[in-house]
Amino acid sequence: MIQINHAVKTFAEGKEAVHALRDVSLTVEKGDIYGIVGFSGAGKSTLLRLVNGLEKPDSGNVVVAGQDLSKLSQKELLLLRRKIGMVFQQFNLLEGKTVKHNVSIPLLLAGTPKKEVEARVKEVLRFVELEEKENAYVSQLSGGQKQRVGIARALATSPDILLCDEATSALDPQTTESILLLLKKVNREMGVTILLITHQMQVIQMICNRVAVMEYGKVVEEGSVLSVFGTPKEEVTKRFVRTVINDQIPEKFISLVRNEQRNQQVELLKFIGDAVKEPLIANLCRMDGLEVNILGATIQEMQGSVMSVFILQLIGSGERIALAEEKIDSAGALRERMVLEA
Amino acid sequence: MDWQAQFKETFGIKWPKLLESLGQTVYMLGWALLIGAVIGLLLALLLVLCRKGGLKQNRVVYAIVNVYVNIVRSMPFIITLVFVFPLTRLIVGKTYGSTAMLVPLVIYISPYMARLIENSLLEVSPGVIEAAQAMGATTRQIITRFLLPEALPSIVLAMTTGTVGLLGATAMAGYVGGGGVGDLALTYGYQRYNFPLLILTIVILVVFVQLLQLLGNRVSGKLRKHR
Repeated sequence: MIQINHAVKTFAEGKEAVHALRDVSLTVEKGDIYGIVGFSGAGKSTLLRLVNGLEKPDSGNVVVAGQDLSKLSQKELLLLRRKIGMVFQQFNLLEGKTVKHNVSIPLLLAGTPKKEVEARVKEVLRFVELEEKENAYVSQLSGGQKQRVGIARALATSPDILLCDEATSALDPQTTESILLLLKKVNREMGVTILLITHQMQVIQMICNRVAVMEYGKVVEEGSVLSVFGTPKEEVTKRFVRTVINDQIPEKFISLVRNEQRNQQVELLKFIGDAVKEPLIANLCRMDGLEVNILGATIQEMQGSVMSVFILQLIGSGERIALAEEKIDSAGALRERMVLEA
Repeated sequence: MDWQAQFKETFGIKWPKLLESLGQTVYMLGWALLIGAVIGLLLALLLVLCRKGGLKQNRVVYAIVNVYVNIVRSMPFIITLVFVFPLTRLIVGKTYGSTAMLVPLVIYISPYMARLIENSLLEVSPGVIEAAQAMGATTRQIITRFLLPEALPSIVLAMTTGTVGLLGATAMAGYVGGGGVGDLALTYGYQRYNFPLLILTIVILVVFVQLLQLLGNRVSGKLRKHR
């Protein structure tokens, strides 16, 4: 649906060159909710804007719905944009106008007959559950309601793709959740492919099926949400994953581990989905000459699956610990030895 | 003594003369404002669209308009007035009378309006313009459906300020043959040591400006109501 190939973009800021994108490639399939996560200045915003041609790459190309953007005339580009909705962090609505007016604008720009406009506006407002606010002025709405209007406006022309530019970053956690659920509904019920950028890992966790992690104008890691959350490779990815999944030994237990005189090993275990069928921890506890302490545990839901993380302290002879590790590996859990810094 | 005679006695001119002067002022003000605002708006749009990062970035056009606006704005009106006499003669056929004065008044006020309106247009949130672009709006649609409607309340206030400035210029234009309240004050009031008349014209001008500002604020406030 969306293909970005070797995109490079450099901005001149005074005398300095800002490398927003350094050779970025990305493929978004039809039906995806694809999340791009990164700290500010990573190049996410520029990347998102390549898709509707608001930014043009210095080199590389962008193919959307089979059309190479660089080969489109200005007029063709405008037509394509009507098939790509966009939602913004600051909503970017006409604050002094009514909800109805805002939602009808894209339709009026496209020259839709008045009657159809009226019907379509009602339809999308019903979809975002703002029917009764039709004649309210945007300035009278709450942040969450404004974003619903923004989404309704983006959906008015029945686009195939929705671009979300930090759509929930200006909202409180509860409102964020309701907006994310709405986006999921847009994806599922309208079949709209969604490409979103965010700096909040929770957003990715809640609704995305694929994720790309960006840093310094590059995609450093990419994959299904489960695999990236389960086995993050890059340091920046680990930092992001850590914002939603705590895989650190709790402060209180560190001294417990430090003061342990016996031979020990701390292990980080991850179980993804129902990959682990046997009662692994119970089995470990039953092993002779091995003491098992659970130092930490969390369970996270994502992509209709479950990921659980355990931090175990194994105490016993080196041989017993090796045997326990074998058991863990053969049971299908992801295991990582944790080293306590001195 | 009836009130007309009383008026003549107090201010040294006949009542209809005052009405005529008021009429001339309103005539000059109205037409110069109308034409000047239209030209000012066009210049402002050129400045905003062609500026760096604008929708139709164009260095040459921007530089030309920018320099033109600056040059005209740095000239005192009384200088502009006599400087454009040849042009006035070419267009109107004479260099005196209220109509002839419209030429220098428009030349004077349009760059001033352009600067004020430019500021109003620049106040429009860049995010709104980006949203418009993302919707596939053409440049014309962005101007008519987003830029102007969003800037309108601010433009109204800007025009009010411009109109007050223009009123001052009409007084000078009046002095070199345009008629109007300014002419009344200078020729009949100042030169004939007619102090009451001078006071009267000042009062008229003050009231005029107050009314203009009140009107501007009201209209702008109405437009801004739901923001």
